[in-house]
Parts: sequence; C-alpha cells; structure tokens
Amino acid sequence: MLNIGKIEEGFVLDHIKAGKSMQIYRHLGLDNMDSTVAIIKNAKSKAMGKKDILKVECDINSLDLDVLAFIDHNITVNVIKDGEIIEKRSLVLPKEITGVIKCHNPRCISSIEQELPQIFYLADEEKEIYRCRYCDEKYSESDIM
Amino acid sequence: MEKLRHMMNPLDFSVEELESLFDLAGEIERDMEGYSHKCDGKILATCFYEPSTRTRLSFETAMLRLGGKCMGFADASNSSAAKGESVADTIRVISCFADICAMRHPKEGAPMVAASKSSIPVINAGDGGHQHPTQTLTDLLTIRSLYGKLSNFTIGLCGDLKFGRTVHSLINALSRYEGIRFIFISPKELRVPDYITEMLRQKGIPYEEVIKLEDIMPQLDFLYMTRVQKERFFNEEDYIRLRNFYILDKEKMALAKENMFILHPLPRVNEISVELDDDPRAAYFKQVQYGLYVRMALILTLLNIK
Repeated sequence: MLNIGKIEEGFVLDHIKAGKSMQIYRHLGLDNMDSTVAIIKNAKSKAMGKKDILKVECDINSLDLDVLAFIDHNITVNVIKDGEIIEKRSLVLPKEITGVIKCHNPRCISSIEQELPQIFYLADEEKEIYRCRYCDEKYSESDIM
Repeated sequence: MEKLRHMMNPLDFSVEELESLFDLAGEIERDMEGYSHKCDGKILATCFYEPSTRTRLSFETAMLRLGGKCMGFADASNSSAAKGESVADTIRVISCFADICAMRHPKEGAPMVAASKSSIPVINAGDGGHQHPTQTLTDLLTIRSLYGKLSNFTIGLCGDLKFGRTVHSLINALSRYEGIRFIFISPKELRVPDYITEMLRQKGIPYEEVIKLEDIMPQLDFLYMTRVQKERFFNEEDYIRLRNFYILDKEKMALAKENMFILHPLPRVNEISVELDDDPRAAYFKQVQYGLYVRMALILTLLNIK
C-alpha cells in the first residue's frame, strides 16, 4: 500500500476516472505551479474498481476548478484547511471553456488563425453540450486537448 | 460615444431592431433619391476571401447608392492573406482605411475574429457553411414585404440544408417569430445540422424532416429552394450524385397553394426550372432587389447615420 501524507491546505480530488489524472493535472495548470502535488493512479475503489486521486497542496483560492465539471463532474472535490476537510465542493459546468477543447472542424477559423484561443460555450446545460464559439461545431470527447 | 456594432448573426439584432431596419429599408425603397447622399465621404471595404459576385456587388451598390465609396478585394489571392496574414491583422489595417467592412471568408467564424479586433463595424458577408446574415435579412424583408408579416406561416426549406448557410441563418432568425412551422426537405446526407434541430426542440418550434418535395407542397406558404454547392463537398462523386435530387418544375408547382412564394438565395443552377421564372409566385429576383435595400439600411444603421 502506498502512503502519502496529509496536506495542510489545498484540494483532494477523488473519484477521478482511472487514467484521467494527468489530463486534469494539465488543465488545472498544476505543471506551472510551485505546489506539492501527488498523483495517485489506479488506486483501488469499491465503487469504481480503479480510480485516480490528485492531492494538491496550495492556497484554496488559487485554483479554478470549473474545468473539472466539464471533464468529469463525478469527481469529488475535498477542500482542505488546517489538515481537515472543510468543504465538499460541488462542480458547476462553466459557461465558457478556453484552451481545453480544440475544434475539430477543418472549416473553422481556429484551424488556421495564429494564436487564436480555442473557446467553447455551453450551448445546452441539460445535455452538457459545448460548441465552438467561432463555428458552433459540437465538441466530441476526442477534441479535449 | 455609441457602442461599436457588428452584424455577425441575424440574432445580433433584437426583433424590434430588425423591425426598425426593415422599416428603414422600406423608406429607402420608396425614396431612393432621398438617401443618395447619406454616406457622402464614407468608405466601405469589401474583403472577400472567396468569390461571390452577387453579395459583393450588392454591398458595393448599396454603398454607392448611399453616396459612399468602396474598396477592397474580391479574392484572397489578391490580398495579404496569400502571404499568410491573419484575419486579425488584416482587419486592424482595414480599420485604418475604411469606415465599415463587409467580409466573406471560407473559414467559419473568421468575421467574428475580425469583429473582435476591429475599430469599425464588420458585417459577416458569409463564413464557410456557417452564417450569411445579410442574405437572411434579405429573406426576412422579402417575406415581410410579400406576406405583410413575419409570423404564422409554414415554410419549406429544400435542397442542401447541411452546408447551406443561408438556411441556417434563416431558421435561426425565423425561430424568434410566432407561429412559424418548418418543413425540411432534403436527402439524408444533406439534412439540417443537429444544433439547429436541437435549438428548435428547445424552443418548442414545430418542424418536420421529409425526403420528397411533392408530399408537402400543398402545406407550404413559402418554399425556400437552395443550390447543392460543389465547393462544400469533399469529393466530386457525392456532389454529382446529389446535385439533381430536388428540382422544382411546373408539375410540382401545380401542387402548391396559389399564393405560395418561391424564394432562392441565388445563384440558381438547375434546382428551379426556368419555366417558372414568369410564375407570379417566383420571388427570387425580387429578393435581390430587397437585398440591396436591406444592405443600404444596415450600412446606415451600423454607421449610426440617421
């Protein structure tokens, strides 16, 4: 059994679908932060069989977690302060996502315009459908960058 | 200072704003001379990255009729785009020369990118298979003029409903009016995209998708025909197989109501038989005239000229 110590302040992201933790690591911008991060892959889970867990030691106001709702809203977000869980945060789908999905439409201006941010908007909250801001193309899972 | 406005999508204007625009177009129709100096000293840039004679000439005529001048390019090979310049940089440059810009681009969303970097009003003159708002304004003005209102009718849209941007824009625009029912007539390969049908379902607007034109002719108040465009296909084989799918002729028109008008964004290839051109219900050439009035009205509105 692998043991990883408690964190004083930060987040524990639990119930991540096995194999998705690195994608989340990137999209949360953790590679650009000077924080202690533990990535646990393929941990045993009664409910899921296997799961990933991310532990991030950081100021709890320093991370924008909206993108998690888009990637997988079944993730449990535990907010830690003074070594204790102070909140289980629910995830809300962001109205707009930048730099997470790449439009796959070859006719979209984002396929050729230099340094144009990839922006998707929430077109249908109920069905969780995002569309490209420029061409209205619907994203598919393979478009996640 | 007035907020800079663009025309990217017919929905950029509220229903009330469109009414004012159409009223202005009506005034221009009645008194063209009275508007002939409204844009004295103003310059329209027409930035056309793909060929279009009709739309470009309509924009340029609109500006010339208002007393303004025009400049621009009619083909991307004659512009800096051929050297790899971005749309964002092009519009920044054009903003230094002109007062208003009409842009057509094969890439979807290009005029929106231009508008976000522009210091002058930008009009989307067609972006790939996405939107063509001024054609939609033309269509709405035509329907309003022929029918007297923009509500309570059944419109059939026929042909290339997948890539036909005029169709997408028109459906979006009509979806804001009361009592509109859509009938989509197309082969299954060219059906209307799912984001449009999604939107109609969400708004509770009735629509039907059918394969054969004959079956629904008697139900229609308007029939909007479209061309199957070669440039929207990835291979020629599909184009050849589908292009003659739906041709409107006298026989099919005999099934239609006596006051069912035929609309078409033009250019026509063979989807409407020329034998119908003298039919009083053939409104597609009148549409071109309304297109001029509505573009004149749009230029005045975006330039905030009373």
